[in-house]
Amino acid sequence: MRIVGIIIFWLAMVVFLYGTRRSRNVAFWPLLALACLLLFNLFFTQQFYRLELREGSFFGIPVPQLYGVPIDILNHASKVGILAIGMTLVIAVGGIDLSVGAVMAIAGAMMATLSVQLGVSPAACIAAALAAGLAAGMWNGFLVAVMGIPPMVATLILMVAGRGVAQLVTDGQIIIFNNPILTSIGNAFLLVPVPFLLMLLMLIATWITTRGTALGFLIEAVGDNEVASSRAGVSARTLKFLVYVFCGFCSAVAGLVQTSNIRSADANNIGLTLELDAIMAVVIGGTAMTGGRFYLASSVAGALLIQALTTTMYAKDVSPVVAPVPKALVILAVCLLQSERVRRLFIGRRGTA
Amino acid sequence: MRKGLAFMMVLALGLDAVAGEITVGFAQLGAESMWRTANTDSIKGEAAKRGIKLIFSDAQQKQENQIKAIQSFIAQGVDVIGLPPVVNSGWEPILREAQEAGIPVILADRTVDTSDDSLYVSFIGSNFIDEGKNSGNWLVRELKAKYGEAKGEVFELVGTVGAAPAIDRKKGFEEVIAQYPKLNIVKSQSGDFTRAKGKEVMEAFIKSPEWSKAETKIIYGHNDDMVLGAIQAMEEAGINPGKECLIIGVDAIADAFEAIAQGKMHCTVECNPLIGPQFYDMVEDLVAGKELPSSVYSNEGTYDYYCAAALLPWRRSLY
Repeated sequence: MRIVGIIIFWLAMVVFLYGTRRSRNVAFWPLLALACLLLFNLFFTQQFYRLELREGSFFGIPVPQLYGVPIDILNHASKVGILAIGMTLVIAVGGIDLSVGAVMAIAGAMMATLSVQLGVSPAACIAAALAAGLAAGMWNGFLVAVMGIPPMVATLILMVAGRGVAQLVTDGQIIIFNNPILTSIGNAFLLVPVPFLLMLLMLIATWITTRGTALGFLIEAVGDNEVASSRAGVSARTLKFLVYVFCGFCSAVAGLVQTSNIRSADANNIGLTLELDAIMAVVIGGTAMTGGRFYLASSVAGALLIQALTTTMYAKDVSPVVAPVPKALVILAVCLLQSERVRRLFIGRRGTA
Repeated sequence: MRKGLAFMMVLALGLDAVAGEITVGFAQLGAESMWRTANTDSIKGEAAKRGIKLIFSDAQQKQENQIKAIQSFIAQGVDVIGLPPVVNSGWEPILREAQEAGIPVILADRTVDTSDDSLYVSFIGSNFIDEGKNSGNWLVRELKAKYGEAKGEVFELVGTVGAAPAIDRKKGFEEVIAQYPKLNIVKSQSGDFTRAKGKEVMEAFIKSPEWSKAETKIIYGHNDDMVLGAIQAMEEAGINPGKECLIIGVDAIADAFEAIAQGKMHCTVECNPLIGPQFYDMVEDLVAGKELPSSVYSNEGTYDYYCAAALLPWRRSLY
């Protein structure tokens, strides 16, 4: 089974080589860091690439599933990855959404409470949770786009209040549910974890809608210069509103995945500080906090890097007291490499001319 | 007119004294967890039972609200003030105010940093180090009963880094197992006191070489929630948690009792929120003029698979 690990490693190397050829591609840097980390683990972490094929389940249907540390990384990175997809677009229009973690908690609380206490069908529970996410996104979008409140302040409101709403829904209890469909969302496998496939699906769908049409271009225009793009006929307000609604939707999906994964709605803790991880993933991915150009796949690569770092800390048994330091160093290195000025120091002026 | 009012007030106070009614002000920290809600119920319920007049305030996790509450307790002239401080610094001015008014303050579940210990009369709450020791002692007893000697590999799920319960539960546990050279902690990672992180960390533990090498696998979690997450991770990996490992948690929440009753977990050490009875014992002693010890630790039990199933309904009824 070591062979499978080596295949994964070479896949990472292909990405690496592809990146060096086109080092202007921003996804290159997080992927480079990821490749280095995977290389490090190949030599220094025992059993990191030990993969097994096991009997898994996809909503009750037996299917093969891969089992191993890299699969855990894919599984756990998907929450932040899904959040980062929405967050990328919000940051692209020059905004920020601090409420994603709280919205995750609301969505999870809705799903669990409806299912356990009211006996609502799983499909309706999921629909209600997604609707709650959309509603939260509309609220943020309304405050930012219509009322003109600075995004940091506007979304801070829901970040603080949202967890209270989730607590209210669950009545302060941790709600455990056993519905086979609801518990499958975050635990099902189709060879790889379903949350990861969900993340890929959302990435592809978002990529097609933004890059396959002019939408992405318009978002970047608004993020670059809102006034100019408005004058040029882009309905900046509507666009901003929609982007927040989409981010709320992504948060709800991430909330469903997380809640389902632990088979219980823990309103106090689900998504706690995950808004920062999502923002971090976007930044690592090379999207500027000031808005403008955005890179969806690169943000997802950032999420994978963050989780790979976390999992490596577990595998190497780095003491939790010092674990944040190596993580911060790697992330710092990626951010520095993205800076044109730092790169010039290494390559020299000739290289960039 | 004013004289009359004053006279009536004196009379009223006198009547109070005759009836022997004790008034207690309790500046509760908030309602942030189920543990806290149970704590509040215990303080309120026991006061009603004993006929003690309780003035209760909820500070919503804010120090300024707790200070305001204490100021109003002083103005109302309560007999004793109870305070679970939300943070451990910045209490000296208000405690001094209470001291000057002659009202004793009893700290609950957490202590304060102050250079002057006379500012409060006593402390009641959990001793996290003892909780760690209780876990260790139960483990050693169990291992000796099962294998004849205390040996094994401990996989530890640490609480939030820097939190007092995480530091002390680790310290107490380590103190006990340090006496047994064949009993060692082989992996120790933070699960942030949550189910989700507990599960994630356990998934990593299961895939580590230490896990495959371990002969006697022991899971020690600093709270039950992390342990419950870890149990899920084991089950999903096809491991029978109850048969293949020894699993210990802290807090004694009802869900842990249920897991023990189902044979998925072995022991949970109590972190008791129900301090009402002991708190009012202290209050009554104070009013009767007795001296209090500088700290009183709440009664905390250890519940394992011998008793958990039978006690589950009782635990559910508590919180």
